[in-house]
Amino acid sequence: MSMGLLRLLRGKKASAPVARERLQILLAHERGMRGQPDLLGVLREEILAVVSRHVTLDPTKVIVRLERGDEVSTLEVDIEVPNDFDRKRVAVA
Amino acid sequence: MAKVLVVTSGKGGVGKTTTTAALGAALAQRGDKVVVVDFDVGLRNLDLVMGAERRVVFDLINVVQGVAKLPQALIRDKRLENLWLLPASQTRDKDALTEEGVGRVISDLRSRFDWVICDSPAGIERGASMAMRFADEAVIVTNPEVSSVRDSDRIIGMLDSKTVRAERGERVEKHILITRYDPARASRGEMLTIDDILEILATPLLGIIPESQDVLRASNVGTPVTLSNVDGAPARAYIDAARRLCGESVAMQVPSERKGFMDRLLRRRAA
Repeated sequence: MSMGLLRLLRGKKASAPVARERLQILLAHERGMRGQPDLLGVLREEILAVVSRHVTLDPTKVIVRLERGDEVSTLEVDIEVPNDFDRKRVAVA
Repeated sequence: MAKVLVVTSGKGGVGKTTTTAALGAALAQRGDKVVVVDFDVGLRNLDLVMGAERRVVFDLINVVQGVAKLPQALIRDKRLENLWLLPASQTRDKDALTEEGVGRVISDLRSRFDWVICDSPAGIERGASMAMRFADEAVIVTNPEVSSVRDSDRIIGMLDSKTVRAERGERVEKHILITRYDPARASRGEMLTIDDILEILATPLLGIIPESQDVLRASNVGTPVTLSNVDGAPARAYIDAARRLCGESVAMQVPSERKGFMDRLLRRRAA
């Protein structure tokens, strides 16, 4: 009661409840991730391996990103393919 | 039976070394035979806080590597005959801490002492994981502040998965020790409350150590705070925590602001 009054008089909002809420959200997320092998890393390696069977790729041009939303999350895979990859394939065949 | 206790936190500067020295001295004063072991290879400080920095000859790494025998490396405290220190190496690399070697030293210490208290380095790398590896119990030192609580949560996850006990399907008994608690800031709603921290970390409380000049003063003179100012608030809180570690039930004292109206007025002006 007194601390609420004091705060009111000083016109400052207590920051501790904000800290508490931020921590709760963050830790719920981090605990979920724990123990899982690096999911994005594994996905990236496997996608790279599959695509490389057909197209010669620069491994650094494969980007896998996971965006977390409230309802669903999106997995974004961005692979840069050289322009002449199909011609090379024809030549090999 | 000997107990291996790790004092850990993830975050640096929260009071692990102070806590190791203070709990070690408090337990030794009760009559238990205690050794405090510094795992902070390359950045040792427990020797300094214990006031034994000029008596270090051999260290943990020497014993791990078989260069020295354990009794040669143990330093007996000058104030308490039940209290011993095993210092860390200042020059070696933390990779010298092999699991097999550390395991051997810990089991040797178990046969000689009632308490083996391992002072963990900050971080989550080799030194920290070796300090907790063989622990039966853990004291997680936490400041009432977001980054410290987050790191404590991470450390709790490691204690539950990366220790020998966890791998055997047993539990490491965990305790939260809140340090640098400032009742004035807590009452102004500027600091995470004790209840917030315990709820977030879902781990029982061992004690609350108030922010105090005593702690700095104790480290300045190289005396564990539980010996330097026995009647001070931090010493009393640490002594109570040590009693709880021994299984006694001691009522929890939440440090409170004992300031008169004038103090508050003056402090506000000064601020």
